[in-house]
Amino acid sequence: MHEEKNNHHIGYGTYVLVWIALLAFTSITVTIAGVSLGRYTLLVALFFAAIKSALVINIFMHIKFDEKIFKVFLLLSGFTLLVIFILTFFDFLYR
Amino acid sequence: MSDGNSTVIENSFYKQSTNKHTGILSWLLTVDHKRIGIMYGVTILFFFLVGVIIGVLMRLELIAPGKTIVDAQTYNSLFTLHGVIMIFLFIIPGLPAIFGNFFLPIQIGARDVAFPRLNLLSYYIYVLGAILALLSVILPGGAIDTGWTFYIPYSVRSNTNVSLPLLAAFILGFSSILTGLNFITTVHRLRAPGMTFFKMPLFVWATYATAWIQIIATPVVGITIVLVVLERLFGVGIFDPALGGDPILFQHLFWIYSHPAVYIMILPAMGVVSEIIPTFARRTIFGYKAIAMSSLAIAFVGYLVWAHHMFTSGMSDTARWIFSLLTFIVALPSGVKIFNWVATMYKGSIDPKPPFQWVMSFIFLFSIGGLTGLVLGSLATDIHVHDTYFVVAHFHFVMFGGTGTIFFAAIHYWFPKMFGRMYNDKLATLGVIGFFIGFLMLYFPKFIMGYMGMPRRYYDYLPQFANLQLISTIGSWVLALTIFFIVGYLIHALVKGKRATSNPWGGVTLEWHIQSPPPMENFKEIPIITHEPYDFSQLKEMKDE
Repeated sequence: MHEEKNNHHIGYGTYVLVWIALLAFTSITVTIAGVSLGRYTLLVALFFAAIKSALVINIFMHIKFDEKIFKVFLLLSGFTLLVIFILTFFDFLYR
Repeated sequence: MSDGNSTVIENSFYKQSTNKHTGILSWLLTVDHKRIGIMYGVTILFFFLVGVIIGVLMRLELIAPGKTIVDAQTYNSLFTLHGVIMIFLFIIPGLPAIFGNFFLPIQIGARDVAFPRLNLLSYYIYVLGAILALLSVILPGGAIDTGWTFYIPYSVRSNTNVSLPLLAAFILGFSSILTGLNFITTVHRLRAPGMTFFKMPLFVWATYATAWIQIIATPVVGITIVLVVLERLFGVGIFDPALGGDPILFQHLFWIYSHPAVYIMILPAMGVVSEIIPTFARRTIFGYKAIAMSSLAIAFVGYLVWAHHMFTSGMSDTARWIFSLLTFIVALPSGVKIFNWVATMYKGSIDPKPPFQWVMSFIFLFSIGGLTGLVLGSLATDIHVHDTYFVVAHFHFVMFGGTGTIFFAAIHYWFPKMFGRMYNDKLATLGVIGFFIGFLMLYFPKFIMGYMGMPRRYYDYLPQFANLQLISTIGSWVLALTIFFIVGYLIHALVKGKRATSNPWGGVTLEWHIQSPPPMENFKEIPIITHEPYDFSQLKEMKDE
């Protein structure tokens, strides 16, 4: 139904930059794991993991340059997963 | 509407192959969605009949107190196999894989699904999973005896073959995911010109909503299965409390998939109902958008109610009342559908042909199943009837009285289109009546026994249950004989039935615009859609074409 309009090209430079950024975030995650942050440990680790996956999904998986509907689906799936986590924690936290 | 069908009768898809082969190879290597649908049909029907036979054996064991035909261990394996086969091999793939494959592309005016080869791969993955499940029965170690829910810690400790059927379920999950992926892409990419989302038939809407559940929920059970196998093989402590694990976590993960899976089973059935009622009431569906949206609502809210299976498992009180509340919410979109179906029939010109009779049976049985679900969704009453026959009865009313009944409705509705033959209406009516009587005899006493305290999955029972157990067993004979009777007259109709016209019921969705059985590529020219999906004013145009 739609014509292919996926002709956006990303230069190697961007890929390399993103790759370096991913490495940097990984080292931050590893370093922080050694620092005692108490109850925030998990939160901080998840925060950096989220940034990394956003980079991978947007740049490497081309979602940023693709049709909007893919983003909608992705967000919807992520939202469902989040709701499932929250609901499970109602058991875990109050047990 | 231009339906793209030429007046010259083309060869049907049975006579045209998508590959260079003839005979059996032309089927085994086909990428035609209709042939794949029929291959699924034959395979799924086979497993359904195996499941029926196992069910009858279980009922036979329970005909009288004490041992009658099998020992307790075999009985445990029988109910597990009955559950695994019926759930994973029949009812989850049933409607989407057979009728979704066959009719979804036709109903949106497409020549095939978006990924025909992937479609064939899904079929073979399904067959591989099924073979592994069957292998586990005959291999040393013995058939799995954990119940189809594989609850921890028993499934980690049981000495029977647990890992193999789990692997089978894992593999079957991939088949389900790929089918879902295929349908979503097909709906988004291959709709005919003019076929906007709100002109799609409701079966397409329902299958579309189901496909989303297949994609999002199935991986959860895949991961859970991997964790159980890791625990069994390497003693990694995840779920088993003896190893430091949390058994309730297993139940969460299992039901995060398996509850939405219930909607994988029922949503396509609701889609079929929304097709059959307008056709036989000769009236456009009441509340089209409400029904379409309620499918999406069920698909979404269905994710949020899983822990109502776990009210007595020891999870937190907060979680219990939250899940109880959410469970009541899911009843709303289901109610929207039932009321809209009934409203569609109001002032309609009803022609009660066999598919319509099946749907009437469905509305009755499914409503009982749905309403008894509210008893189970309430915290207080659930404690009384949890893990009793009440749950078994509720489940069978919803799944068998719901999806199972509609499986037969769909066969009877689309049989002329799929095979180009008509069956005998009178025999079909007898089939509906036999099914209805057998069904109520088999399952209704279970509500009473459950309420009286008869636990599910027990090999033996107290003397006060003897009469009701006997009625239930006799019901299983009536039901099983009826099912074989139905399969019998349908097979007879395949060979000897009179030729079907392109539109024997007077339906208006796209499949009724093309010849029976359809040609290989469905439409010579892709149709341009101008009508609403259930606009019966086009019947006259269709006759003139």
